[in-house]
Amino acid sequence: MSQAELMPKGGARKRSGMVEVPAITLAHGGGGKAMHDLINDVFVGAFDNDALAPLEDQARFSLADLAAEGDRLAFTTDSFVVNPLEFPGGDIGTLAVCGTVNDLAVGGAKPLYLTCSVIIEEGLQLSTLRRLIGSMADTAKQAGVKIVTGDTKVVERGACDKLFINTAGIGVIRTGCDLGADKAQPGDAILVNGVLGDHGATILTARGDMAVKTPIESDCAPLNDIIDSLLTAIPRTRFLRDATRGGLATVLNEIAQASQVGVEIEEDKTPIRTEVKGFCEILGLDPLYLANEGTMVCVVPAEDAADALACMRQHPLGKEASIVGRITDHRPGRVVMETVFGGRRIVDMLVGEQLPRIC
Amino acid sequence: MKYVDEFRDPTKAKFLLKEIQALVKSIEVTKTRPLYIMEVCGGHTHAIFRYGVETMLPDEIELVHGPGCPVCVLPMGRVDDCVALAETPGVIFTTFGDAMRVPGSKKSLLQARAEGCDVRMVYSPLDSLALAKENPDKQVVFFALGFETTMPSTALTILQAEREGVENFTVFCNHITIIPTIKAILDSPELSLDGFLGPGHVSMVIGDSSYDFIADHYNRPLVITGFEPLDVLQGIWMVLKQIAEGRSEIENQYNRVVPSGGNPAALEAIAKVYELREFFEWRGLGSIDHSGIRIREPYAKFDAEQQFSVPALKIADPKSCQCGEVLKGVIKPWDCKVFGTECTPETPLGALMVSSEGACAAYYQFGDLEKIHDAKQKHEETV
Repeated sequence: MSQAELMPKGGARKRSGMVEVPAITLAHGGGGKAMHDLINDVFVGAFDNDALAPLEDQARFSLADLAAEGDRLAFTTDSFVVNPLEFPGGDIGTLAVCGTVNDLAVGGAKPLYLTCSVIIEEGLQLSTLRRLIGSMADTAKQAGVKIVTGDTKVVERGACDKLFINTAGIGVIRTGCDLGADKAQPGDAILVNGVLGDHGATILTARGDMAVKTPIESDCAPLNDIIDSLLTAIPRTRFLRDATRGGLATVLNEIAQASQVGVEIEEDKTPIRTEVKGFCEILGLDPLYLANEGTMVCVVPAEDAADALACMRQHPLGKEASIVGRITDHRPGRVVMETVFGGRRIVDMLVGEQLPRIC
Repeated sequence: MKYVDEFRDPTKAKFLLKEIQALVKSIEVTKTRPLYIMEVCGGHTHAIFRYGVETMLPDEIELVHGPGCPVCVLPMGRVDDCVALAETPGVIFTTFGDAMRVPGSKKSLLQARAEGCDVRMVYSPLDSLALAKENPDKQVVFFALGFETTMPSTALTILQAEREGVENFTVFCNHITIIPTIKAILDSPELSLDGFLGPGHVSMVIGDSSYDFIADHYNRPLVITGFEPLDVLQGIWMVLKQIAEGRSEIENQYNRVVPSGGNPAALEAIAKVYELREFFEWRGLGSIDHSGIRIREPYAKFDAEQQFSVPALKIADPKSCQCGEVLKGVIKPWDCKVFGTECTPETPLGALMVSSEGACAAYYQFGDLEKIHDAKQKHEETV
């Protein structure tokens, strides 16, 4: 859907209550009045912002305004298919905004504009859709980004699972900032801004097929603000990445391979909540591989490590920040962990999905 | 975590390691060859790799990773039977998670699910029973596997299904029993083991007396051992102490969980529901007499093998696969011809590469690959 579709010409803004059916039907994707009403009612009102105003087929940005933020554009896309749609600490809407905002921010970019494409399975409750889109709008506001264009499709029951969302995002990279997985050097320190595994454990619990109840909530949060503080305080930061699917272990392996360095971490320095540890113990999972949505890995020169840690800890999203390890010149391409017990083991890339052990 | 962290205390580990080193020095035979200690259970293998226990031990101790991972010893023909059941119209096939990836002769359960079969991961047989009650128009089959550790929960679920009159729930019984298997390993001519870490959770059910023949007849020490890294170190220390003192006895390191007489209620449920099969096929080890169990006649309506037609074909292990020799400790995982080349966790040929409790997958994922590489080269040079 172009911007014009998202916001039909002459369409009234912020007119809520126009759609009163209980559930979405194929008619809401048919291009007719039902679709226009749905878009106006649910999406346009929620995402209302200045960039939407011209009502053209595309969102338009001033190059001069972009150039004022930095010297390069960052552009990314991500699709969100989480089940269940809503879980403790967030929902698919918060994820759809945080995921793309964070993908821009970890490249040193200031996230500015997002798209929102939804694929809805017929039968989705309108009240649910309203809540999820509202949550996208709230998260966008929190992150300081605007959702400027989008698309709506409705598919037959069974053709998708309730609701899929794709967001693409544009940001501007601050001048002089050049972060990369290939920039790590022996001696560098590795930090995380918070606890590991909360999101993965939350989703597994929320699916309800584990008969395990936990007080764990997703860590889902936009990281652009803490990253902005960090890059201002530590301009020599080498690398940032949000530890989403595959968790900390996967990001560390990406660094080891891209930079052809060794990575060493200490198990007792990795911040993991007792509840998440217990959850993993029961199910035979490894928290190092659990997904995060508000936790990132950061590599800085050794002499900046203490300042980077202090800077993170001043931010609400960095209270649990920790220096978890270091880059070495031993065993390039490998991640080694010193276990709490005093032994050492390789932390490899995950093969397939993590499957709980029998006994 | 309370009652967990205490068993992962590095200070106590250092103390035990010193004791272990002193004991090793006092054992004469270590001057000419290493001591071979088999940890029977896959849970031990996992803990050993997860905490890097092997990297802390003196070179004179070699751990042999035994057959106690039920997923790893599952023969291909049985996986094919699972797939056939899953492909039966109207069936919801339920399984523990790590059995999903075990390769059959044509496909795994994971592939069957991708092709449209209704295969679901459960955490307990009771989850399957609940699923059966929720889906009265479907037949729910539970893929029961594991040693005596998981046998009682399956048995109690069958008894509950009978009590509740559930008509659409069956069990595909692949439970196996550990004692004949340890005996088969001890009878294997190519094998030389100095002692055993006995399975903790199996012993919690069966108690400690079933192992007496290992000490009496085979003169080998066995120490029933828990699954935290300090348990494993203490178990090794107790085995070494027996060797140093010239004893071979059955000892219990895991006495906080394992009572000498086992669990009478669990044993009663096992005796009520199951009987021994004459023989059962193991991957890598071949057929072992009286090592499998089946569901007794009075509970036949809960037995998937009787309620459905399963192919029950015997499928030979792939020729290049040396899982059997690894299981028996005759070769190290990396000595296998296909380790890390044709056989990886992504494309496992042998079951030892499938579960993280399998010795090969554990070495591949957690092990010191440089050390393995060096050992492999050395091995090739000497061959």
